[in-house]
Amino acid sequence: MPIKNHIKQSLIIAFWFMILTFPIMVIKVNAIQQTIDFRWANFLWVGIFTFFASMIWNYFLRRNEEQKKTDIADDIPLVHRLLQNDRFRRPFLGLLAAFFIAYPFVFPMYHTSIMISALVYVMLGLGLNIVVGLAGLLDLGYVAFYAVGAYAYALLNLHFGLSFWVVLPMSALLGTLFGVLLGYPVLRLRGDYLAIVTLGFGEIIRIVLENWDDFSNGPRGISDIPAPTFFGHHFGQHDAMIYMYFIVIALVLMTIFFVNRLENSKIGRAWIALRDDEIACQAMGIDKFKTKLTAFALGATWAAMGGVVFAAKTSFINPMSFTIWESITILCVVVIGGMGSAIGVIAGALVLILLPEYLRAVAEYRMLVFGALQVIVMVFKPDGLIKSVRKVYTFNVQEKAIHEQTHT
Amino acid sequence: MNKPILNVKNLTMNFGGLKALDDVTIRLEKGQIAALIGPNGAGKTTFFNCITGIYEPTTGEVLITPPGKNTQSLRRLKPNYVTERGIARTFQNIRLFHGMTVLENVLIGRHCRLSSGIIKAMLQPPSQKNEEKQAVFDSYEILEKIGLAKYVNDMAVNLPYGAQRRLEIARALATDPFLLLLDEPAAGMNPQETKELDDLILWLRDNEDVSILLIEHDMKLVMSLSDWIHVVDYGKKIAEGTAADIKANPEVIKAYLGEESEDA
Ligand SMILES: Nc1ncnc2c1ncn2[C@@H]1O[C@H](COP(=O)(O)OP(=O)(O)OP(=O)(O)O)[C@@H](O)[C@H]1O
Ligand SMILES: [Mg+2]
Repeated sequence: MPIKNHIKQSLIIAFWFMILTFPIMVIKVNAIQQTIDFRWANFLWVGIFTFFASMIWNYFLRRNEEQKKTDIADDIPLVHRLLQNDRFRRPFLGLLAAFFIAYPFVFPMYHTSIMISALVYVMLGLGLNIVVGLAGLLDLGYVAFYAVGAYAYALLNLHFGLSFWVVLPMSALLGTLFGVLLGYPVLRLRGDYLAIVTLGFGEIIRIVLENWDDFSNGPRGISDIPAPTFFGHHFGQHDAMIYMYFIVIALVLMTIFFVNRLENSKIGRAWIALRDDEIACQAMGIDKFKTKLTAFALGATWAAMGGVVFAAKTSFINPMSFTIWESITILCVVVIGGMGSAIGVIAGALVLILLPEYLRAVAEYRMLVFGALQVIVMVFKPDGLIKSVRKVYTFNVQEKAIHEQTHT
Repeated sequence: MNKPILNVKNLTMNFGGLKALDDVTIRLEKGQIAALIGPNGAGKTTFFNCITGIYEPTTGEVLITPPGKNTQSLRRLKPNYVTERGIARTFQNIRLFHGMTVLENVLIGRHCRLSSGIIKAMLQPPSQKNEEKQAVFDSYEILEKIGLAKYVNDMAVNLPYGAQRRLEIARALATDPFLLLLDEPAAGMNPQETKELDDLILWLRDNEDVSILLIEHDMKLVMSLSDWIHVVDYGKKIAEGTAADIKANPEVIKAYLGEESEDA
């Protein structure tokens, strides 16, 4: 019975697609000979293709539903299982480390450059994950803090000659400061309202940068931003790229280290509690506003550091690098990767940033394929690529047994 | 005579034109198990919300005298500060943190008793590590007392219903309260679970040094547990007394059976 329904449904979808794509797939206007060709074969192909795609889609959807019924929430992602297993953890991490260390030496510079971009998004994603994934604050203006970091480096270097290594910690503080300043007025709002207001703030920062010519050089941007130096030593172009790569790796490791600690601390738990239930959270003695503000400010800290790296890597910035689309891309990294899951966000950033680059092969369909992939992930893995897993605490079983004995 | 640990004077709460609470006065002595009963929509939950700072009462005063401390007013305090001063509550419609394990839910209760801030969380000096260890240990101990230790690493949402209600109590207890406010703790429980809850509440009073004010519709539970019962109807307090007094009170019977019983 259900299979009959699926066939019927797929037929309807196929028919609908045939009509929908009729103008582009079937009709072909020959402007020179002023004739119209009807490519009826295409009409048929669209129908057949859509029908089978729909059947396959339905099949996987159904299997997904069935799986959900059998094991409720007990499925731990493979990566977590590998990391929890003592025998596999070391070789797994060792392989990963070897891959990332060898990467810039094995692959050409172009690939290193792309990888640096992806790793910057790992940083940004982990930062935004604090705000959106853990604390549940939908922030659509995250790019503002990224811009703050990038412009901080560009301008401080231009006017005062400050180096990358001096500006990096300064920008982190500046990011925190901006996070608090912007967070203070907007964090009284929640849900959709917060999203809209943060979106507005993000745009305001961009528009200011675009129009305040004396300060930011307007749409022309700032060029010749120097790459980081190694104790005063300047590298050639190729070595500079490799050096940059390892700086970003170090920053990503630092981010993972701190974010992981935060997540399993008092403050991290408070963020999750706030996301899950604001009222219960307050009733448990947690200061709602302070907790939100710390999440917002810490997220901004990492965005600003990411901005410094971005400016140093591209050596040119202008306001066009900081549009709303940037915020949305980072948000996609978090959502597709897995809200609240650091490993998921890392995977999300690598997939989402690397994939479009390598999809250049399919040129103009690249964004289409990319969009379709995102939809597929969201339908079949609503918790993201790698969902979050909470820390497991172990207790002395013997001690527990004694407790139980005395209790009964 | 000792001062009452909770002294609510002439509490009124208006929602637009609706008087959800009208001049309610309630006192609670130390070590007491008191019940607040009344028909649906009488204003019981609203009363809890006013005490715990979720609503700001229109008029009236809430005074507390924590054991060994001075009397203080809870006027205009945010919910988290009320909890810090030693009043913890559970919710009628269970409000657990579903993205967290059972243990972490209880750890959230410990939150306001821990001192380490963000910097310490990132750098993890020994003081922070010890504090965290202690908090985990304390939380586990609470779970053992409440009988939930076997669920320790399960996600809170996957617990059976009765266990979720108990977890709410465990979480509240973790805030070190001197007064526990339980909003319909037995709702949805089977008779066996209700019996266990009865034992648990008595055990808490006797061993954990907390006084308890509970809202409950299960009259058998209320009558067997409570030292003192307050009855509200349409936001007004209509009676208070021991179980025997309340059972015999004509006003209470009228409120529960409806106006028609007057003529019948
Ligand atoms: N935030 C609010 N805004 C407007 N009216 C409210 C609000 N909260 C409660 N009320 C109203 O106040 C009255 C008392 O509600 P309350 O929830 O306190 O009743 P209750 O005694 O707890 O009932 P129940 O036994 O069903 O839980 C109801 O009429 C309710 O509709
Ligand atoms: Mg109620």
